[in-house]
Amino acid sequence: MAQVFHHSTNLISRLTIYGFFLLAIVGGFIPYWIDGSPYVTEANVPKVQPVPFSHRHHTAELGIDCRYCHTSVENSSFAGLPPTETCMTCHSQIWKNSPMLEPVRQSFREDRSIQWVRVNALPEFVYFDHSIHVAKGIGCTTCHGPVGIMPLTWAANSLKMSWCLDCHRHPENNLRPRDQVFSISYVEPANQAELGAKLVKQYKVYSLTDCWTCHR
Amino acid sequence: MESDPLERAAEITQSAVIEPGYTISTVTDKISSIVLGQRRKPGWFLGFGASFLLLLLLLYAVTVLFAMGVGIWGVSIPVGWGFAIVNFVWWIGIGHAGTLISAILLLLHQKWRTSINRTAEAMTIFAVLCAGMFPLLHLGRPWLFYWLFPYPNTMWYWPQFRSPLVWDVFAVSTYLTVSLLFWFVGLIPDLATLRDRARTRAKQIVYGFLAMGWRGSAVHWKRYEIASLLLAGLATPLVVSVHTVVSFDFAIAILPGWHTTIFPPYFVAGAIYSGFAMVLCLAIPLRKFYGLEDFITMRHLDNMGKLMLATGLIVAYGYMMEAFMAFYSADIYERYATLNRMAGPYAAAYWSLIAFNVVVPQALWSRRVRTSVPALFAVALVVNCAMWLERFVIVVVSLHRDFLPSIWRMYAPTRWDWMTLLGSLGLFLTLLYLFIRYLPMISIFEMRTLVTETEGERR
Repeated sequence: MAQVFHHSTNLISRLTIYGFFLLAIVGGFIPYWIDGSPYVTEANVPKVQPVPFSHRHHTAELGIDCRYCHTSVENSSFAGLPPTETCMTCHSQIWKNSPMLEPVRQSFREDRSIQWVRVNALPEFVYFDHSIHVAKGIGCTTCHGPVGIMPLTWAANSLKMSWCLDCHRHPENNLRPRDQVFSISYVEPANQAELGAKLVKQYKVYSLTDCWTCHR
Repeated sequence: MESDPLERAAEITQSAVIEPGYTISTVTDKISSIVLGQRRKPGWFLGFGASFLLLLLLLYAVTVLFAMGVGIWGVSIPVGWGFAIVNFVWWIGIGHAGTLISAILLLLHQKWRTSINRTAEAMTIFAVLCAGMFPLLHLGRPWLFYWLFPYPNTMWYWPQFRSPLVWDVFAVSTYLTVSLLFWFVGLIPDLATLRDRARTRAKQIVYGFLAMGWRGSAVHWKRYEIASLLLAGLATPLVVSVHTVVSFDFAIAILPGWHTTIFPPYFVAGAIYSGFAMVLCLAIPLRKFYGLEDFITMRHLDNMGKLMLATGLIVAYGYMMEAFMAFYSADIYERYATLNRMAGPYAAAYWSLIAFNVVVPQALWSRRVRTSVPALFAVALVVNCAMWLERFVIVVVSLHRDFLPSIWRMYAPTRWDWMTLLGSLGLFLTLLYLFIRYLPMISIFEMRTLVTETEGERR
């Protein structure tokens, strides 16, 4: 009897068989790439703020300590956003007529907070505490990136769970001496492996990777 | 008057696996005409319609479940595993006979398997589909079911491999894949036969597509033999492993009544037991309605009866050991769990389970019962129900009273539980009706070889 299919359909059948396996593998990774890309995580994307506050100017150029504004970082889960009064300690004296700073003065006059745009947002179901990280020798710039070069602030990391776990599985890679935690120009020494191992012992750092460490 | 029943029975036991008088072409005609025949049996429409209604019931129950959440079921703490898990274990157990018949009996060169393996494999796949549905339905957020798989994720996290629930996912999905492949590979030569015999263009295309260019050349047959042997080898350990893993869902937990080392073998035996009961429940009506008594002979029914008896005895031994160990262990919680089964609020379930699953199948010792079609059907039906009851006793009765009397609570299924159970039967039967209508329910080419092989025996 006659052929049901033309000979050329052999090619189609081969393509579909191999294509299926290719698609199964690639198809698994496409959502992974999209989910981890800056398009979703907004990592490295500078955020437009109501006042174009420059971390570079205030930290690297003027040398203000992180804790001058983020006051509660050493003893609270939340590092703290400065109230307008903190800005006004200086800006009531300098640049006091700058039009750029008008929203700050308006906020001060009307006693209404400036609506900053959040740069680093963790989901609500993640328990995170700044104070313990600071106390164990994790520097500000370890997670927040080189704020000393940021004219407008961006999130330096994806804040994906994989990123958290990277460090929680191997904390020794990111530890620095406690007196260097607030340094914005700290450079990892060549002997980080050695130093890290020493600090793990000295600061009693544990690799905490149980679900309930962060999801309480 | 009939001859002495025992003599007649002896005749049957030694009788052929295919009745005499068939040639290669009449076998092909007879089986393929069920699929390609123009005349459709009104009985098929009746059965399919009824099953489809049940399937719609399932869709309704599941839609409401997804809209409202698992709160519509009777589950609550401490009985968090209600009907869903009972049904899951029941269905997956039923899905065991197919692979046993096709793989193990193939490797053991049991010729009598030929006429029942196709249906049994189909039954296996449909039962595993029904089973696989339940754990997903019982998730609080079923749309996140893929979290059970180790897929590439930005959390860089694996599923909890210490949990038997994850082992379950792998065991069941592997079993489904291998069973499906085995079934499909076995179908290819028959699909080619259907393609060649199909009269309409549409059927030629569909069967031709599925036959994957099978021409029946010697090379094709050689590859076919290798593939089916390999798949049989792969499937054989799965028969044992799948229900072992399912039993771990319970045995790994510390709950009295679950935490027993006897669970794996006893679950596997129970699975094969219920699987054969289901094959009998399906094969008996099928051979009757489609006039296949010459292919599915009394010898098949007799053999399956014997297998049921053997596995049933292992299951009975399991019950006995469970009770014995509870008292021998001198553990008050284990003792209480057993006493609670026997004399607690669900005692009726336990004792009907013992009556249906242990006492009734003893009738299979009698050759007269094994060779009587209605009696076999009745026993198989009773065993199927009893195996469901067994899982109910294991899941619900163990959970409802554990260590802390303050959280003891009774469990009662709601109408949604019942609708989902009935609906899963609808899904199973609908698929089965479609299968017998559109695919050859008996392997044509294997029956052809059987014709030539048994010719020598008959002379």
